[in-house]
Amino acid sequence: MEYFLQQLINGLTLGAIYGLIAIGYTMVYGIIGMINFAHGEVYMIGAFISLITFLVLGMLGVGWLPLALLIVLASAMFFTAVYGWVLERVAYRPLRQSPRLAALISAIGMSIFLQNYVQVAQGARVKPLPPLIGGGINLMEREGFVVQLSYLQIIIIVLTIALMVTFSLLINHTRLGRAQRACQEDLKMAALVGINVDRTISTTFVIGAALAAVAGMMVTLYYGVIDFFIGFLAGIKAFTAAVLGGIGSLPGAMLGGVLIGLIEVFWSAYFTIEYKDVAAFSILVLVLIFRPTGLLGRPEVEKV
Amino acid sequence: MLRVEGLHTFYGSIEALRGVDLEVSSGEIVALIGANGAGKSTLLMTICGQPHAARGQVRFGDDDITQWPTHEIIAAGIAQAPEGRRIFARMSVLENLLMGATSADPQHFESDLTRVFTLFPILKERRDQRGGTLSGGEQQMLAIARALMSRPRLLLLDEPSLGLAPMVVKQIFRVIQEINEQQRVTVFLVEQNAFHALRLAHRGYVLVNGRVTMTGTGRDLLANPDIRAAYLEGGH
Ligand SMILES: Nc1ncnc2c1ncn2[C@@H]1O[C@H](COP(=O)(O)OP(=O)(O)O)[C@@H](O)[C@H]1O
Ligand SMILES: [Mg+2]
Repeated sequence: MEYFLQQLINGLTLGAIYGLIAIGYTMVYGIIGMINFAHGEVYMIGAFISLITFLVLGMLGVGWLPLALLIVLASAMFFTAVYGWVLERVAYRPLRQSPRLAALISAIGMSIFLQNYVQVAQGARVKPLPPLIGGGINLMEREGFVVQLSYLQIIIIVLTIALMVTFSLLINHTRLGRAQRACQEDLKMAALVGINVDRTISTTFVIGAALAAVAGMMVTLYYGVIDFFIGFLAGIKAFTAAVLGGIGSLPGAMLGGVLIGLIEVFWSAYFTIEYKDVAAFSILVLVLIFRPTGLLGRPEVEKV
Repeated sequence: MLRVEGLHTFYGSIEALRGVDLEVSSGEIVALIGANGAGKSTLLMTICGQPHAARGQVRFGDDDITQWPTHEIIAAGIAQAPEGRRIFARMSVLENLLMGATSADPQHFESDLTRVFTLFPILKERRDQRGGTLSGGEQQMLAIARALMSRPRLLLLDEPSLGLAPMVVKQIFRVIQEINEQQRVTVFLVEQNAFHALRLAHRGYVLVNGRVTMTGTGRDLLANPDIRAAYLEGGH
């Protein structure tokens, strides 16, 4: 029971991180019908910017942790968003009228480019960050096994929930959110009512990148080590989460993220750690066989 | 107000418009009739920059808007209720109207809403319903209402009567006339079914295979035997 509870906490934490990345995949797919294969790399860049900002703050002697965290959060979101914006401008916008395959190749090209760029600029070795936030709340203790909810896990889960709520309000109740939903439904009609479609697509990349940056910061804090390759697997996992939840659906991305996180953690805990990724992808295959649109996805309506 | 000169539009290698010239003056209702595939919808879309013309010019007022981005064309005072209505199905009626008001001054929103609800009272009853759940006639009304929310000077309507019951068609044409007469909105109307359109319109154009082949007052075109044979016989 205690062991189960601990795994549940760990799984939710990991799931929150996947969910934040998955939103970027799902939003971009919803609007331009394309998988942004470089999104995992955007997340990786978010992690590096967080790390660099932490180190810079350390040198400057900013010692008060809450302030440091806020600055890192803001810096990671801002600079990663710039990467997201540039990515769309350079790699996708020029190809919007081209065949799907061209955009897909461009996406994969960007993904490889960004990996190599970070590898060259930052080195291939793993970058460590000393643990900054230690301790936690002991929820339960029996026969020497302690169920702990660490402060860091609290921060991750609370921050994720806060972002999700803000983001849902944005999508459902603001002008920008309406413009995004209109673009999702019918890009041409959205233009015909006067929406600046290019700008809306840019904004989508920017928001997706900013959320991925938060995930990147969380991972940097949570695991304490990052390298230029972390975007690959996390990207695939988050993409799987988005498909599992129903690509194009925002609640689906979140749900999918949490499920993938839980599956991965529970599988490692009760079965074999080597097969945790296989487990996650197998569940995906099963769900897609029985529900091709994912758990919360809508059946694709053929547009005329 | 609107002047189209030598307009050519391509879809890949298909040439859908092959040099169209026409003009719509302020305050008019002008009808464009033509068979299926003649290029009517393409013309309305090209006026809105979707796609942009390959050659020729679209002038609106004093501006050459041919290569403007669509959202700027809408902001300049053109609105379209397109073929197939293209209601945002997952949004409520009210949200659809909000979308229509994207380029309008938010200050006018409430009064514009009252205005379209007066024209189409059924939309007021349905305001919180999803667009996708409306009937065909209601969707057409919503498409026109949504276009009006941007306070256009020129309203483009693409086959507003398509697939609707005769009673509903009558109501929609009555409203189009009202919009034109009372609110001084210029109307450029595309119809495959020419009878209603030509009776309503001050002037008309006939489009065949991407070219204008005939023009005249609505009354003259209605009386023309060729037009009667091509577009009127058999129906209505
Ligand atoms: N999106 C498109 N892609 C390719 N061809 C198109 C497209 N839309 C229309 N066409 C072609 O352009 C021509 C004119 O079509 P359209 O403007 O829809 O005619 P109308 O509205 O008069 O029925 C037709 O031959 C049609 O097949
Ligand atoms: Mg048509």
